Order: sequence, then C-alpha cells, then structure tokens
Amino acid sequence: MAGVGIRERGALLLGRGAGEAARRLGRGGGTALPGLVAGTLAPGLLEACARQLGRGVITVTGTNGKTTTSHLLAAAARIAGWDPLANRSGSNLERGVVSSFVAEAGTTGAIPRAGGRLGVVELDEAVWPRLLPRLRPRVAVFLNLFRDQLDRYGEVDSIAEGWRRALAAHASLDASLALVLNVDDPSVAALTEAHRGEVIGFGVEDPDVALAAAEHASDARFCGCGATYRYDAVYMGHVGAWRCPGCGRTRPRPLVAARHIRLDADTTRFELSVAGATAEVTLPLAGLYSVYNALAAAAGAHALGLPFDATVHALAESGPAFGRQERFNLDDRTVRLLLAKNPTGLNEVIRTLRALPGEVTLLALLNDGIQDGQDVSWIYDADFEQLTDRPLHLVVSGDRADDLALRCALAGLAPRTVDADLARALDAALAATPAGGRIEVVATYTAMLAIRALLAARTGARPYWDDADEAARS
Amino acid sequence: MTAAPERAIRVVVLYPEVMDVYADRGNLLAVQARCRALGVGCEVIEVGLGDALPEAADLVLIGGGQDREQRRIAPDLAAKGEALRAWADADTPMLAVCGGFQLFGTFYRTGAGEELPGVGLFDVITVAPPPGAPRCIGDVLADAAVEGLGELVGFENHGGRTYLGPAAQPLARVRHGFGNNGDDHTEGAVYREAIGTYLHGSVLPKNPALTDRLIRAALRHRYGDAGDLAAPADAYALRAHAAAAEVARRRGRANG
Repeated sequence: MAGVGIRERGALLLGRGAGEAARRLGRGGGTALPGLVAGTLAPGLLEACARQLGRGVITVTGTNGKTTTSHLLAAAARIAGWDPLANRSGSNLERGVVSSFVAEAGTTGAIPRAGGRLGVVELDEAVWPRLLPRLRPRVAVFLNLFRDQLDRYGEVDSIAEGWRRALAAHASLDASLALVLNVDDPSVAALTEAHRGEVIGFGVEDPDVALAAAEHASDARFCGCGATYRYDAVYMGHVGAWRCPGCGRTRPRPLVAARHIRLDADTTRFELSVAGATAEVTLPLAGLYSVYNALAAAAGAHALGLPFDATVHALAESGPAFGRQERFNLDDRTVRLLLAKNPTGLNEVIRTLRALPGEVTLLALLNDGIQDGQDVSWIYDADFEQLTDRPLHLVVSGDRADDLALRCALAGLAPRTVDADLARALDAALAATPAGGRIEVVATYTAMLAIRALLAARTGARPYWDDADEAARS
Repeated sequence: MTAAPERAIRVVVLYPEVMDVYADRGNLLAVQARCRALGVGCEVIEVGLGDALPEAADLVLIGGGQDREQRRIAPDLAAKGEALRAWADADTPMLAVCGGFQLFGTFYRTGAGEELPGVGLFDVITVAPPPGAPRCIGDVLADAAVEGLGELVGFENHGGRTYLGPAAQPLARVRHGFGNNGDDHTEGAVYREAIGTYLHGSVLPKNPALTDRLIRAALRHRYGDAGDLAAPADAYALRAHAAAAEVARRRGRANG
C-alpha cells in the first residue's frame, strides 16, 4: 500500500505478536501493547493507516461519555454500511489508538476494504491535541469538560487551552474539519471562536429536566471576559442554558437538540431533532448524560453525512458500551454497572439512582490506580447527600473502600458492609438483595474492569478484549 | 435527638464557589459532622466574591482554586486582609488549603517575576516553579510539628513552591511527599491557631485529630475554654486515615 514502507510492515508484525503474546500470558487484553511496540518502531504508522480510510476519521473527546458516544457512532456507521474501525476497548491514549489500527492492518500494512471504512477514534482529552495532525479527522466531537483526575490532567482550564492551541496550530485543516460541539458547556462552545471551518452544535432544550439547584461541582463559572455566567437552566455541573452578562456571549442555538425528555430507570425517551428532521427516540440507557452522548453521536453522524435513519436506529438498538450500564444476570439478580470516575459523572449516577423505585442495593467501588486517579479527594465533590432520603443497602469496596465508607458516612449513608475484597463485597450485595431484585454497581475505571471480570467469570460473559477482537474480525 | 446544643461555633467559609476545585468542601463536611457528634452547634456563613466578612468568626476555612480563579479573588481577599490578620491575632482558628494557603502568605512570585501580594497572615512566600519543573503531586504522610496531631495524611497537587520565613512554624515534616517545596521537608505553616497546608484528601475527614483541634480552638475563641469534649474518635475516619497512611508509605515520594 502507498505510504506503508518496510519499516512500518516490520513494526506491524512485531506489534501484533506482542499483543497476541500478552493475551496468551493472561495479561489483560494487550490492547495497548501492540501500539506501544509498533508505534515505537514506526512512528509514521498511524498516519499511514488513517490515510487509507476512505470515509475518513471522526474523533470523540471530552471528560465524560467518550466510549458510549463512539459506540453509538460506530453503530450508526455500521447500519449505514460504513464499516467502522474503532478503538472499542476504551483504549484512548496514543498507544491504544495505534494498537487498534495495527490490529486491522495486515502484515502488508493495508487495511482491508479501507476505501469504504470510517475511523471512529475515542481520544483522551489530553491526547487529542497531539493526534489531531496525525489523524487529520474530518469531524471532531467535543463532549464536555469537567474536573477529572486533577493529579493527572491538571486544571480544566489547561485542557481547554490545549484544544484551542491545537486548532490554531492546524488552521490549515479548517476547510476539511467540522467541529461538533456541546453548546451547553461554555468551555466547549468557546471552541467556535478558535475555528474558522464548519461548526455543528448539539444541546438539550428541555427546562423540565434542569436541576433545581446548581451542583457543587461546577467547573466553568467565569467567562473569558471575567464576568460570572448566568444560567436559565442547569442540566449538570456547569452545563446548561448559559449566558454571559458581561460580554453578551450566549449559548448558541444547537442544530441537533433533544426535547421532551423523559428519564426512566433503564431508558430515556426524547424527541431528537437534527437540522429540522425529528424522531421519537427510546434510548436503552438511563440518565440525562446518556441523552448528551446520544446527541453527540447524532450530531457527529450528521456532520459525517450519515443518514438520519441510521442514527435513529443506532440510538434505539445498539445498547450499552463495554462496562457502561451493562447488565448481568447473576443468581436471579440483575447487576448493572455504572461507571463514575469524576464528580460530575458520579452526580449523574446519583441522580439516576434517585429515580429508581424501591430499595436499592448499591455496591460502590473506589480504586486509586493511575487510570482512576491516584487522588481520591474528588469523592468529596460529589453529592452523596442526594441519596440520604431513599432506601439504600450500601456495600462499599475497592482498594480505597475505607475512604469511600468515610465519605458516605459523612453524608449520613452508613455502609452495611465495608470490605476491600471485591468477591466478598459482591457476595454481601447478593445476600442483601431478594431474588428478582437488582444491584447497582458504581465503580471507578479499574474497579469497573475488576468487577466486570468477576461478573463475566460467574455468568460466562466474555472478557473485555474480545470486544476489540470482534472489531478486528469485522 | 436531644435538646438544641448549648454551645455553638460560627464557621466562615471563604469563596466556596471559587476555591472549591479540589474537594476542600470535605473539610466543612467533617467539621459539621464532628460538631454533631460532640453536641456543638455549627453555624456556617459563606463569604463570596464581593461579600463583606461577618463581624466575627470562630473558624475560617478556605480551599484551593484554579489559577485563573485565584487571580480573580486575590484583590477581594487583599481588601479583607487586615480583618483576617486581626482575627488570627485574636486566636481565631483557620484552615487554609493549597491555593488558600498561598494566598494567606506574603506574596506569590510568578514565573515572570511579578510579586502578587497575599494576606500576609503566614510568614511564607511562594514562587512559581522554574520552567519545566514538575508539579508536586502525590500521597503525603507527615509528622505533625504541633503537639497532639500525630501523623497527618493527604494528597498534594501544587506547582508553587512555598518557603517559610523566620516567623513561620511548619505544620509538619514530610516522611512521604513533597511538602511545601520538595527540598526542606516542611509541610504547611502554623500561626497561632491558623493552619496552612497543601494537603487535600479532603484533609479534615481523614485527620480527625486536626478536626478536633480546630473545633476546640473555635470553642475557646467563642467561650474562653473548650470544655469537656468527650466523644470517641470516628471509626470511619480512623480507618480512612490508616488506609491513606499505608498508601503513602507504599507509593509516596520517600524522604531521607
């Protein structure tokens, strides 16, 4: 293939071999290792692969919702007959992206049927600036910007600045790059000013689902002009119908919107509007944050030129992404995984839990690995107090179970069980739940991987790297 | 519940809507919960940008913010500096964390050499890290230099390097972690009953001895003596403290 030289071919072989070896040795999915090996040996490999994709590349970044949005976008592309090439295991750092391409490219470096394929690339928000010039996407989706793992990312302001600088530095991409922006997040909406090409906005237009009071974790209080934003409606964190009383900047009207939203225990229903076309959508995912992910996918699909019907079908049918509201049936109890790795994400999960009828068994897991954030301070920014008025059987586990137990106790939620051992904690949750009942699991990233592996082993579900392999075989 | 508490303290929280980026509101939650356990009333007054300070306070809390937001509150805080220094001189307990600690110092020297004046409550200065120098990030385990506090645990994340002046006492000496500047092993500062620290965590929930010290000082400030505060230490707090100490010993930056 054009652009794939002998060096890249050698790197591909070695990278694939390393990933296979990692899986055989039982060291997790080996989803990043091929990328590390191949990317080190042949730094131009990613560009060479991305160039081959006839339908181009769409990137998805932001603090929360990357995996679900990418999952929905890939589903819409698949329904439309655009064979998606996605980094589906949530491997969203540079190595993980390179690995995904390595898995697809044959030993010659050629991606099969590349002419009809679309790259759907979920990117860590801090990595996006570096990969913009290498992937040269047609569409870049920006979801939101919340405080997250301050020990790793630094301040929210510095992430936004990185995005702006990358757009300015690659202004030559303007003509071919469309930005898809969450207009409800003022930090994201501000990217409009850094881009001269096409911009497509998405947002919620339903004051009935606004919060009665602003949440504690709000990460954009001040406009660039110095004034404090005012809100006609707050949907989550600092996301809502905002305006600046100082300079007059205001939330742009979105081209893609959700109206008449109904939030239920396991689904959300809303009227989806894309550039004037409308459809009633029942999304099999709970929570307003899921509506935002659906809107981002719909707006991204529109920017790509995918048919509206494909989007609507994808939203209704594609179900949860890996570890995101996945459900398992174990001992006649339904176990649902809810990923929460920062205050706003956790607040959204708490809001979802509040909407559930009856007593809920909550298995809450806090880990402090590098992917979780080694600092567990953030749990104090989440509003656990919102759960005090509903019946709850709380079991706390994870590597930092004691920190989480203390946080819950300060909120007036005394845990019934605190046990750092995950298997024992799961047993305690099962014992506390009647047959036919449900257990909600709230977990940070590595805790989610661990509990999912445990659930997969007990129920016979597939381990996580199968998901990437499935994409590789498609 | 029994009758209304006989004694109460007034807690003033400075700029809660701005200096809140790092979960420092956990400190207020810990004070409130401990006051409930001790049967002490706890009145909270939030002082935002442009708000006047109340006439009196028994405990002052301020947390850390983003750089941009800290620059916004600096002039407002400077205008309150004289009152805050007078409170500190009258043995009002205070807890200033991270950015709040820096702002309570003499000045912050930016990378460009500009000196942004602080409240001057602590005899400390903070300088921006030299270009390319890493932030001080990680788990902290420190031995308190203040009697009765034992070991302190938390998590630090700061770029600025803080140095103690001759009139400043350190809060603690770091066994694991960077502390004020990564060089001299000091952590935080103490002036009378006011405490500055880089510890998040949040720091008060998992350092119950520090929480009790502040509440006792607040009661002394209000009533002249703290009275008999007999309530066993919170078991959740002690376990979280032990867990954080263990993590710091395992992976915190070790000091000689």
